[in-house]
Amino acid sequence: MKRYSAFAVAREALRYHTGWERAWRSPAPKRHYDVVIVGAGGHGLATAYYLGKNFGITNVAIIEKGWLGGGNTGRNTTIIRSNYLQDPSAAIYEKARSLYETMSQDLNYNVMFSPRGVIMLAQTEHEIRGYKRTAHANLQQGVPTEWITPERVKELVPIINLHGPRYPVLGGLWQERGGTARHDAVAWGYARACSDMGMDIIQQCEVTGVRTENGRTVGVDTTKGAIDCDKIGMIVAGNASVLADLAGFRLPMESVALQAMVSEPIKPCMDVVVMANTVHGYMSQSDKGEMVIGGGTDGFNNYTQRGSFHHIEETVRALVETFPMVSRLKMLRQWGGIVDVTGDRSPIISKTPVQNCFVNCGWGTGGFKSIPGSGWAMAELMATGHSPLTEEFSMMRFKEGKFIDESVAAGVAH
Amino acid sequence: MLILECPYCGVKAEETELAAGGEAHLKRFGPGSSDDEFHDYLFMRENPKGVHFERWRHANGCGKWFHAARCTMTLEVFGTYTAQTAVPTQEIMDKITAKRPGWTWREFSDGQK
Repeated sequence: MKRYSAFAVAREALRYHTGWERAWRSPAPKRHYDVVIVGAGGHGLATAYYLGKNFGITNVAIIEKGWLGGGNTGRNTTIIRSNYLQDPSAAIYEKARSLYETMSQDLNYNVMFSPRGVIMLAQTEHEIRGYKRTAHANLQQGVPTEWITPERVKELVPIINLHGPRYPVLGGLWQERGGTARHDAVAWGYARACSDMGMDIIQQCEVTGVRTENGRTVGVDTTKGAIDCDKIGMIVAGNASVLADLAGFRLPMESVALQAMVSEPIKPCMDVVVMANTVHGYMSQSDKGEMVIGGGTDGFNNYTQRGSFHHIEETVRALVETFPMVSRLKMLRQWGGIVDVTGDRSPIISKTPVQNCFVNCGWGTGGFKSIPGSGWAMAELMATGHSPLTEEFSMMRFKEGKFIDESVAAGVAH
Repeated sequence: MLILECPYCGVKAEETELAAGGEAHLKRFGPGSSDDEFHDYLFMRENPKGVHFERWRHANGCGKWFHAARCTMTLEVFGTYTAQTAVPTQEIMDKITAKRPGWTWREFSDGQK
């Protein structure tokens, strides 16, 4: 792999850009791999990357039914934060956030991580108490966050309306080191690094069956033929239940649509990420100037990657009352993704009833921010059978009653 | 936009008039059941990519709960029926079979153990 650098740009400029290589290879699948990862989204690619980097396991295939990063990795609102209430969540999200800080250097690929700060607005008395509690918890967990006053919110976000028609802004939970990153670049950067380690990324190859012998996984059947493997990692977000069904077990989750949209590009007007969970909308400004807007999930099971119109209306209404100046903005694009939601709104990173078959799913509405931490932990679990980061996220926790209840802690917008 | 006909009042309601209530025909387990049964009842869901039976409430209408048979892949509605119905009507089953040959669902339950 040729490294990207200022020197490389200069060199290519002098020879009409004829020397750039493809960022990753697209080989035909081999007959056997040590590890097969199903799903070439951020989480799958990150898992493969840390399997290679941390554990030297490079005989790995990453199988993707569509195209790389074409699922939720390319459909989110790119927010990165780790201000969670529960210890296991704070640990894995903070691990992820810290890995984002050095990701561009690690991968030699600019993921445009922008630690611009994230505010979660408190707009009810309940939220004030909730976020103060989270700030105290974060202090114990070593995650720097703070409770800020409405005046400080106005200072950070001049375009905000503190005295909205329905809910006033009563303060906020501020995480200065949260921010955004370029979502596609995260997938592409990991893919390039994985390919460089000799891993095979096989796109447009759908898994049609999971082969097991004596309760152990031995391979997968795909639309490009059968592939044998010693271990399999299922990292497919909204389609996790479908894949688990192929392997013969069930998952405690449901798939629903979550929507987002972007506006036409405007001059820089807001240099932090703002989340308003009570009125239900969140917004940041991309480097291109578009306002990136996210809302809530639909209430019913859905695999169509499109959501209900009334949720768009609800989100826009929330944002117009919080940021009156956006009321005249035209929306450029709107889209939906299928998120996998568990009973306690926390992910599952776990062994399964099928031996050597591991599952990483249930990230629900908060998958993007956790990509590197999730990959790091999943790789450790797959390579060694144990990871301190994933222990609490076992799929057995529901039976044991050990929930990681972030549905209460984080409101709705994860 | 999702439109379901309420089997009680006959109103064709669009989704802002309705509240989704999750998977239907769950077999209830309570005191005296095993941990596995209780766990499955509380948390395990079919979550199929295809035919799904689910509960809805006509929240901004007559307020009653009912059942719907719907496809999660196309949002097509096969029919609605009252919440007291333990097994979907033959008419709905036939309609599903005609459009989705080979569809499956676990054993239907009337909600009792």
